[in-house]
Amino acid sequence: MDQLDAFRAETRAWLEANCPAEMRKPFEDEEAERCWGGRNFKFFSEAQRVWLERMAARGWTAPDWPSDYGGGGLSKAQTIVLRQEMRALGCRSPLDSFGIWMLGPALLKYGSEAQKREHLPRIVRGEIRWCQGYSEPGAGSDLASLQTKAEDKGDHFLVNGQKVWTSYADKADWIFCLVRTDFQAKKHEGISFLLFDMTTPGVTTRPILLISGKSPFCETFFDDVKVPKDNLVGVENKGWEIAKYLLTHERDMIGGMGLVGGGRSLGEIAAQSIGLENGMLADPILRGDIARLEADTWAFQIAMERAGDLAKAKQAHPAYSSFLKYYGTELNKRRHELTMSALGADGLEWEGARSQDGEAARAWLRTKANSIEGGTSEVQLNIIAKRILDLPGA
Amino acid sequence: MALVLTEEQNLLRDSARGFIADKAPVAHLRHLRDTRDATGFSRDLWREFADMGFAGVIAPEAQGGLGLGPVEAGVIMEEIGRNLTPSPFFATALVGASALKAAGGPRAEALLAKIASGDLLLALAVDEGAKHRPGAMTTQAQRSGNGFVLNGAKSFVVDGHAADLLLVAARLGDTVDVFMVDPKAAGVSVERTIMTDAHNAARVTLDNVALDADAALGAGERGAAILETALNVGRAGSAAELCGVGAEAFARTTAYLKERKQFGRLIGEFQALQHRAAHLYCELEIAQAVTLKALQALAAAPDKAGPLVSLAKARACAAADLAVREAVQMHGGIGMTDAVDIGLFMKRARVAQELFGDERFHADRLARLRGY
Repeated sequence: MDQLDAFRAETRAWLEANCPAEMRKPFEDEEAERCWGGRNFKFFSEAQRVWLERMAARGWTAPDWPSDYGGGGLSKAQTIVLRQEMRALGCRSPLDSFGIWMLGPALLKYGSEAQKREHLPRIVRGEIRWCQGYSEPGAGSDLASLQTKAEDKGDHFLVNGQKVWTSYADKADWIFCLVRTDFQAKKHEGISFLLFDMTTPGVTTRPILLISGKSPFCETFFDDVKVPKDNLVGVENKGWEIAKYLLTHERDMIGGMGLVGGGRSLGEIAAQSIGLENGMLADPILRGDIARLEADTWAFQIAMERAGDLAKAKQAHPAYSSFLKYYGTELNKRRHELTMSALGADGLEWEGARSQDGEAARAWLRTKANSIEGGTSEVQLNIIAKRILDLPGA
Repeated sequence: MALVLTEEQNLLRDSARGFIADKAPVAHLRHLRDTRDATGFSRDLWREFADMGFAGVIAPEAQGGLGLGPVEAGVIMEEIGRNLTPSPFFATALVGASALKAAGGPRAEALLAKIASGDLLLALAVDEGAKHRPGAMTTQAQRSGNGFVLNGAKSFVVDGHAADLLLVAARLGDTVDVFMVDPKAAGVSVERTIMTDAHNAARVTLDNVALDADAALGAGERGAAILETALNVGRAGSAAELCGVGAEAFARTTAYLKERKQFGRLIGEFQALQHRAAHLYCELEIAQAVTLKALQALAAAPDKAGPLVSLAKARACAAADLAVREAVQMHGGIGMTDAVDIGLFMKRARVAQELFGDERFHADRLARLRGY
């Protein structure tokens, strides 16, 4: 038995002993039952609290972060084994976190020692929930044209401006935020990366009602917000590099949503909803569409697997995440379009227990944001064209 | 297993890439086509394939082969695809050798040795109608005395006109088997069919062909499994070839986007073309990933690889098809000329898609496996 096999056996035994039974069942109401942590988070159950506490104690909420900062200190291979074993036992994610998915990797690369020691362990333990202050009303795809201003006032920056599409800003404790610190420089060269507490005076948030009827995003306003100088990550006016690095992690996260299946396959959903004739879906043209979608989805999973292997072998192009983000989100939209077609009129109910308050329709509408947030599909295609294919122009 | 080539596989790829690009670039196909070559491939080149070890890539070392597997054969197929090389590699070294390896026994071993040395060409005859539908096969073998009598008609038999030995799939009672048939035997007629892509195929008719008892590769029992293995290896190999066809057509197209000027600009500056090229890049990356996964699965457990093989063939067909269509369109008028190679990639992709099942066949197969 090699070391990785030994690690696998230990991991499985530990998970079996420590993952509460309730945390091994599929979600009933996923939105309500996910664990996001943070100062104001109310645990859905005692099992959820215990599961987070146990995983965080081992650093396994961020398994591949260094143990000096509270992470699990696992190698890439061990991290994969941990994920595989969690999947095999049906373990829920102990913690969903923009801190883990996005900010942490950027802090590890660009943060000061003090910043890493202050923030990373709290992220690992789920004590602080983070939000992302990137987009502004006038800076969407053209993110670098952002206008939120941070003035140097000696010992602090004075921040004024507005962010939009700030996911869960109303629930977050801290924000990582792009601000303009030099209005004379070219647009990419006057941006800085700041961290601050959402309870700082002058910060207000307002949820935005979306077409899904839900409000995962907010408008966030900064009115003379004082941010200590120590909260600048990296070098002043060099924040764009950090912003882009963090975006590659965000893209990996969103691209992976094309794979979130759990539950029943689309083929099964359609078979139950529409019925079979001679062993085949009774709507033959929809059957063809679904067969292609399912093939494309499986193929994309394998491409994601290869992306990981290419990265390990140092053969992956740095812009490869744009491919995964573009393809994964377009796939996820297609899946939900076809799910709505498969469910037909049953999928159109918006309220009531039978439809779980319009779960299918709301989820379908939610996916429309996938190819907008984190850089639109068109932006990803621009990046592939220029950085990978080296096509000429702009 | 990691979805990247091992060091040894990379070395093999480098060697195959250099060798095939040097000996059999697209000009080689043009020469065979334009001289109306009677064989349709170069026997001298096949001799060199044998010297390089490629002819025996999956034949066991004991039979003079390299003793490698589907992944290595796929690596060679991809280079064949990049260069549109007409070669017995697919029908003989890949499909034929896989059938013989699956059959096993001293006779198969003797034939594998001849494949490895470049002295035996095979052709698998399975298709009958316009489309690949092995389940609808009607060619019939009947027991007669100690042997069999074979009746039926086959089409799209790759290398059928050049093969020393035909491997004919036929029904036998309520199962199927694969029969070794001498193309010169009484009752066998072989008509070479010149195909759109100037590669080889044939129609084969079997009229009361008498066979000995040992002609059945599966001895009347294992034929279905042998056929399935040979088809699956062929499908994955064809997927690898399509990856090569698509990748090369794409490389030539992006190069063209960087040199062709209209309206005073390089056409690659136009976002309408950039986005289509970027999307195509994604499709080709996915086809590469899935094809390698299927080849690895075949190497690990051939009897369990069927679904992945179908996935690979489906995705490689779709990606290569998009690649050659975009290639012709983005080349514009020049892409319609015979003088430019792009059209040859489109023709090869069309033929290779039909070989052993197109995208729809394999998507349907996956849907059936999933119960809808």
